[in-house]
Amino acid sequence: MGLFIAQLLTGLANAAALFLVASGLSLIFGVTRIVNFAHGSFYMLGAFIGYSLMQVLPGAIGFWSSILLAGLAVGAIGVIVELLVLRPVYRAPELFQLVATFGVILVIQDLALMIWGAEDVLGPRAPGLKGIVRIMGEPVPQFDLALIAITPFVLFGLWYLISRTRVGILVRAATQDREMVGALGVNQSWLFTGVFFLGAALAGLGGAIQLPKGGADLLMDFNILASIFVVVVIGGMGSLPGAYIAAVLISVLNVFGVAYIPQSTLVLMFVVMAVVLTVRPYGLLGREEVAGEHGQVGEPEKPIKPAGNLARGLVALLLVLLACLPFVAEPFFTILATDVIVFCLFAASLHFLLGLGGMVSFGHAAYFGGGAYVAALLVNYASAPMELAFLMAPIGAGLLAVIIGWLCLRLSGVYFAMLTLALAQLVWSLVFQWDEFTGGDDGLVDIWPAEYLSDTTAYFYFTMVVGIGGILLLRHMAHTPFGYALRASRDSARQAEATGIHTKRIQWVAFTIAGVFAGLAGALFVFSKGSVFPVELEIAKSFDGLIVVFLGGVKTLSGGVVGAASLTVLQDFITRFEYWRLALGLVIIAVVIVAPRGIVGSIRAIAEQRFSRGEVER
Amino acid sequence: MSAVLEVRGLTKSFGGVLAVSNVSFSVAKAEMLALIGPNGAGKTTCFNMLMGQLPATAGDVLLHGEVITGMPPRKVWRRGIGRTFQITATYASMTVVENVQMALLSHHKRLFDVRRFAHRAYYDEAMQLLELVGMQTQSERACAVLAYGDLKRLELAIALAHDPQLLLMDEPTAGMAPKERIGLMQLTADIVEERQISALFTEHDMDVVFSHAHRVMVLNRGELIANGSVEDVRSDAQVQEVYLGGGSLFNEVAEGDHA
Repeated sequence: MGLFIAQLLTGLANAAALFLVASGLSLIFGVTRIVNFAHGSFYMLGAFIGYSLMQVLPGAIGFWSSILLAGLAVGAIGVIVELLVLRPVYRAPELFQLVATFGVILVIQDLALMIWGAEDVLGPRAPGLKGIVRIMGEPVPQFDLALIAITPFVLFGLWYLISRTRVGILVRAATQDREMVGALGVNQSWLFTGVFFLGAALAGLGGAIQLPKGGADLLMDFNILASIFVVVVIGGMGSLPGAYIAAVLISVLNVFGVAYIPQSTLVLMFVVMAVVLTVRPYGLLGREEVAGEHGQVGEPEKPIKPAGNLARGLVALLLVLLACLPFVAEPFFTILATDVIVFCLFAASLHFLLGLGGMVSFGHAAYFGGGAYVAALLVNYASAPMELAFLMAPIGAGLLAVIIGWLCLRLSGVYFAMLTLALAQLVWSLVFQWDEFTGGDDGLVDIWPAEYLSDTTAYFYFTMVVGIGGILLLRHMAHTPFGYALRASRDSARQAEATGIHTKRIQWVAFTIAGVFAGLAGALFVFSKGSVFPVELEIAKSFDGLIVVFLGGVKTLSGGVVGAASLTVLQDFITRFEYWRLALGLVIIAVVIVAPRGIVGSIRAIAEQRFSRGEVER
Repeated sequence: MSAVLEVRGLTKSFGGVLAVSNVSFSVAKAEMLALIGPNGAGKTTCFNMLMGQLPATAGDVLLHGEVITGMPPRKVWRRGIGRTFQITATYASMTVVENVQMALLSHHKRLFDVRRFAHRAYYDEAMQLLELVGMQTQSERACAVLAYGDLKRLELAIALAHDPQLLLMDEPTAGMAPKERIGLMQLTADIVEERQISALFTEHDMDVVFSHAHRVMVLNRGELIANGSVEDVRSDAQVQEVYLGGGSLFNEVAEGDHA
């Protein structure tokens, strides 16, 4: 019994930081409609800044004021990010800001590395609260009890701010109808900046307050991201009490998970989420929202037509040139080209879902990595020949997509996106924690192609045929009745349903097709590298896909492929430098600000201005 | 004459508010039936229940004697009802003709076809429909750049694509110039006459209603307060009360725009 209570208290204490960070994310999303991927980075900054302040400020007063100052400092950093990065792109197409916040993650990662170094930092213990209290014989840190006591006050304070003050009224009004609030004379830009300050400050506070328990390291930004998304989704977007309940639920479950079923701690969190969302799709305390539609915001994409003979000729010429590559360049370039094609296929499959279907998936890596793992597991355990494993990879990924698609398509918009992310993380955590079967962190190695493809050049040609074939097939589908039905479901579900189109079914099939082709890319990947690790299933991989699709141009057919090719080549070049993340992040942010339509979209806009004709994309 | 559509005791409540209360009527073959009433009377709610966009709280809708209440819109559509929307709903990223082709592809059950190109499918049929509504010269324009009146016409072409037995038109002429309105309603009347189908429409413009409807129903606060010939409804005291708060006669309102 004592142990039970002690664990319960540990869970409640862990919930403090989680709640602070998650409530910040929820606030920012509620008002600005920006899914701030950089929120984990704010949390990390809070921890590091708090740590540095605690080195210079002595005693209990120094400790607690360090935490508050860290919060304020991170809030100020949030304001800088909002002013410099997000404000220029508020008018950009839907969710384009995602890419900008991803650029911010990269920049902050390298800045933190520069300032605090690569070593993990152990947080100082709270002065005056270093001891333990015995509860029914079990030791409970005093600091944990302090956290448990503080959190409800924070919750109450936030709740009071949001529901009882004038600022809170404006924030809530802006959550419901931004335009109306603007029309009533409220300066929206500053309201956004203010909310960003508050949200970032909460994340910073969360980072600093958990220092005595967790310290600070450079991985904590991504590590907390999935958890806070889960908390926000389980609690219900925009609901502070919901976020608190969910944070407690997740933290307590985690503590008990560690104690009783240590292999499944990560999985548990996502299972809980899946269960909650199956029963209550909008979270425990969330309300159904009309604002969360699939589809497009802003300028609609241009009508499409299959490529004309000139374009086909050009593509054919390019392919012939590409085929000559192994004869004219060093093997290194052949390997790079193989990587590029694999990533292009992955991006094309995501674009099919996101561009044509208007379904923003944050977890597309699940099918890429899923396909790779299916193939690797078959080779590893069943000693399957390469051909069979290769064939099963897209099928396995497709089955995964059938299940995840069914669960996610009951929701739409951001809820859909969050659920895809969480379920992809479920897949990742399964692979990561099921050591005996998947090799866990060590991955699966020795997955080589058949004899006749073992040569780099041979595998390059194989990749060309399968990968580019896949890309062309996806592109072809865009022009067929199915592709049209998919776009129709995105453009106007109301009209589509009123003319006999079962939009959900169309979207479900499209989700599955996207999964199959991502799995195909995964199969190409695993046999080209000879191994696969859990990183191929990670959030970062899904984000890579999103970035290239947005950078290339969501509202253009070739956006995904062009974006993927440019980013892979750029990344290959840039990773040779020490602070490449900083550079890449800045490049991404620059592209977002300068070319908010993406590469292809912007080139087309310039071309159209020059020739001022044509409503049809070729 | 047997009824194409029969509505029995249709009711919709939102929480405690009774938006549509016990509405019953029927639509005969080749009939142009107008449903009028002030803003907020429940016209669109009624329409949405007829086609299944909204579930009804109580009551039944029968198409050719078959109960269609509770069916999703796509199934109602397959049974022969086409509709246009008060706020137009078209596929903004497609050309005008592709919008019509989309409905034809759905009608011919080729939605899951991934072999042939869609832009060639049923092209001639789609062009004929566009010609019918006078949109053939704009067939290759992007839907996103159309004028509002043209969108309304396009919606009519889409609604006719599967050769429906019944057309539901929610404010088909809203946002159009007066001349255009008469033109579009004359066109609808011709189609109804020629194909021997029925049309149920809501409308704010009394000119349009009185010159084209065969019969008029008046909805007020969710209740049907009148149902009869144009002349009967025009002289109905209760209807005058609702529309004008008593006072002057209906036929004197002709020049104003009531949109």
